[in-house]
Amino acid sequence: MNDCPEPLLRVEDLSVHFPVQGGVFSRSRRLLRAVNNVSLSLNKGECLSVVGESGCGKSTLALSIVGLQAPTSGAIYFEGKPITGTVQPSRMGRAQMAQIVFQDPYASLNPRQTVFTSLAAPLRLHGIEAGEVEGRVEEMMRLVGLKPDQAKRFPHEFSGGQRQRIGIARALVLNPRVVVLDEPVSALDVSIRAQIINLLLELKERLELSYIMISHDLSVVEHMSDRVAVMYFGQIVETGPWNSIFDNPTHPYTRRLIGAIPDPFAELAGTSLVDEASAPPPPAGFDFYPKEFGKHDVYSLPPPSQLVAIDVDHHVRLVPAH
Amino acid sequence: MSEALLDVKDLRIDIVAGGTSHNAVENVSFAIGRGETFGLVGESGCGKSITALAMIGLLKPPLITSGGSIRFKGQNLLELSAREMRKLRGNRIAMIFQEPMTALNPLSPVGRQIAEMFVLHQGATWHEAEKKAVEALASVQVPAPDQRVKNYPHQMSGGMRQRVMIAIALACNPDLLIADEPTTALDVTVQAEILKLMQELCDARGTAVLMISHDLGVIAKMCRRVGIMYAGHMAEERPVSDVFRTPAHPYTKGLLSSLPRLGSRGSHGRKRLQEIEGVVPSIADFPAGCRFEPRCDRASAICVKQKPVEVDLGNDGFVRCFHHE
Amino acid sequence: MGLRLNLVIGGVLCVLIIAAAVLAPWLAHYNPIMDADLMNAELPPDGQFWFGTDSQGRDVFSRILYGAQVSLTVGIGSQLINTIIGLIFGISAGYFGGWWDDLVSGLTNLMLSIPSLIFALAIMAVLGPGLPSLLIALGLTNWSWTCRIARSSTLSLKSQGYVQAAKTLGYGDARIMATQILPNMIGPVLVIATLGMGDAILSEAALSYLGLGIRPPQPSWGNMLTDARELIVIAPWAAIFPGVAIFLTVLGLNLFGDGLRDWLDPHMRTRRA
Repeated sequence: MNDCPEPLLRVEDLSVHFPVQGGVFSRSRRLLRAVNNVSLSLNKGECLSVVGESGCGKSTLALSIVGLQAPTSGAIYFEGKPITGTVQPSRMGRAQMAQIVFQDPYASLNPRQTVFTSLAAPLRLHGIEAGEVEGRVEEMMRLVGLKPDQAKRFPHEFSGGQRQRIGIARALVLNPRVVVLDEPVSALDVSIRAQIINLLLELKERLELSYIMISHDLSVVEHMSDRVAVMYFGQIVETGPWNSIFDNPTHPYTRRLIGAIPDPFAELAGTSLVDEASAPPPPAGFDFYPKEFGKHDVYSLPPPSQLVAIDVDHHVRLVPAH
Repeated sequence: MSEALLDVKDLRIDIVAGGTSHNAVENVSFAIGRGETFGLVGESGCGKSITALAMIGLLKPPLITSGGSIRFKGQNLLELSAREMRKLRGNRIAMIFQEPMTALNPLSPVGRQIAEMFVLHQGATWHEAEKKAVEALASVQVPAPDQRVKNYPHQMSGGMRQRVMIAIALACNPDLLIADEPTTALDVTVQAEILKLMQELCDARGTAVLMISHDLGVIAKMCRRVGIMYAGHMAEERPVSDVFRTPAHPYTKGLLSSLPRLGSRGSHGRKRLQEIEGVVPSIADFPAGCRFEPRCDRASAICVKQKPVEVDLGNDGFVRCFHHE
Repeated sequence: MGLRLNLVIGGVLCVLIIAAAVLAPWLAHYNPIMDADLMNAELPPDGQFWFGTDSQGRDVFSRILYGAQVSLTVGIGSQLINTIIGLIFGISAGYFGGWWDDLVSGLTNLMLSIPSLIFALAIMAVLGPGLPSLLIALGLTNWSWTCRIARSSTLSLKSQGYVQAAKTLGYGDARIMATQILPNMIGPVLVIATLGMGDAILSEAALSYLGLGIRPPQPSWGNMLTDARELIVIAPWAAIFPGVAIFLTVLGLNLFGDGLRDWLDPHMRTRRA
């Protein structure tokens, strides 16, 4: 990766820990380690997907990237400039770097504001001339496949899919460079998902956007991503180009995740998406980390492990074998 | 098929409130044989969950069953008194829900909640029942069941809670288990475990399952036959393999080709997904004719005016469409 | 779905009280203070004195009309102060959390543990009787419920997507609290405020009854009850009519508050349109 130019967004050794009260009568304060030493980079025009199950820290990571969660340690760089810690830019300055599309379209729009207000207020805030605001809102509505005159309506007058389009319009209204997609289709009706997936991919091309998508739905991830990072209990256990991850899943957790998906066609054919019999062994001198799943302690520091390259840009978390 | 365990005929459910009435479910018919697993697929608002609630007599106003019959072992459930229904529910027909946290009593240890089923339906003493509860918890593969019975629901993970729900549901060896999105709130790896467990237990006990889900993969994994519901109508009802290989209804066909399929990008490159245009209609705006007509690319004049009737496709299947494949 | 019954009845009662207060100079047959005439003292209701007269021969009807001015001023004024204090404390505590939240929550619990009337009584004792003191005393002592509602609403609202999105779009904290959080708690806060108006009117009556509120001869429903205390057997109308006025006003405000909550729900708004 050394020959690459500076990526658009770089997450370096990021950790987010939350203090948790032990119990009612306990004075001890423990740390819940949501994100542990995560490093990622997002190149321009790329869709990087972060996959994992609930509690793996993927959403916390997403919030850190858009500035909604201060990291405990580590740093995030945008075009080479740090945007966390003491040097972080103001909210106004940050707004044009990264925006977020939320999972639940029903909770992501202010029920007391018309769509027009939701889209126009950020523009006014950022000093767009009053005369231009209306035109820009119209343009945004068209961009996400809605009619401009629908902007005078309130959110509850829209269906889930339409609300998600409005959520996308709001995320794009300030022309951000990076858009974080937090489970963008998983709350939508199945027959609506294709519309939103297509829209997101079109917008990415048209506006030269870069996406970080948080998801647990691996079929959507395979369809949309350029690169994939698999998270397990706050750490990245495998990362690589989408085809390496799906053609050659190496970490046992990645394999388990792919294998657990009930795919209708694989079910009917009686086949499995990953073949446990042909699971690749860890590289010589290493063991996979972690080896077992489901018994993780989110409060203690994980033992040292490292991401080792097993192919071009394809890394797996390993520990030295005993 | 010999006499079905559950035979639903022309079920109709309406929403009646303040003098206005809207139809939510219409002409829904399906049958489940003993030990069979039947899937009901559809999107939010298609009526699959209220159909399930009607099976166990838990529809509450403004929802009312206004037509058809639900025969369970030959007995029409719609004609039973509330008291008779209570004796059946939890005993012969059991139900598990999407969110086990809201279905379990937060103030009572899970062992006691399982034991309650034995006391209520089998006349066991509390002492016997508590012993049976440990066995029930062991049967759903909860580790250290003799310790776990003392746990409260909040002390368990989502997957463990759903196992408890299954233990409660299967406590009295019901003939029919209704599972409404039982794994939607769970992680995929936990979902795989729970589905496997349900399959094993129901197979071993000969329990029939009515599986409700929006996830075609879950249905394909669990069920032999499936009904596809759209906006309160049964679009098609067929063996699962037929539906996935040769979908007959335009909605089913559209749904299957709109989903990204794992592995397809690797072999065919990234293609634009096929969209089903438009939005899912809300109950107040159901079209008069075929309810899929506004979104259908095969719709013609007759679809606007008339409701399609069941067309027999052979091999125990039918479709409700004028222009089916 | 038509208009709600509670909104209609509550609204009608509130409009009647407001009309009585505003139109008092035109509706009253007599001056409430000057037209004392011992010759007419303790007369029962008739065509001339609709609600009878009190011990000094003043027209009870006219005094109730002018008393409505006091009650409404106290009710609206003190509740305005309470609501503003409660909202500022509650929203900021919920939004920022930390030591500020601990402080505000502590203060709120302290306020709730002392009956607000006792608190108001103490303030009145310091400030002395009169309308401005009443507004201050009742306006500073009844904001705990608003504060609690505002705080808990803020806690649940601040994790909503649109509040988070506002942050990423560059909104400042004050703007987020004003445009994203406040409008979404208007319903419950208005309900608390209207219920509080009823409380304030009752408290005014109580304080005036104790001689700490509105000074006679200026009429308030509370001091009218004080005056009527000795006449309760001879001239019960002098006590009954102010009592009924208080009852109807508080009832009207409560019904109106409930109705308002339903009506303000944006889901209902467009269904009607």
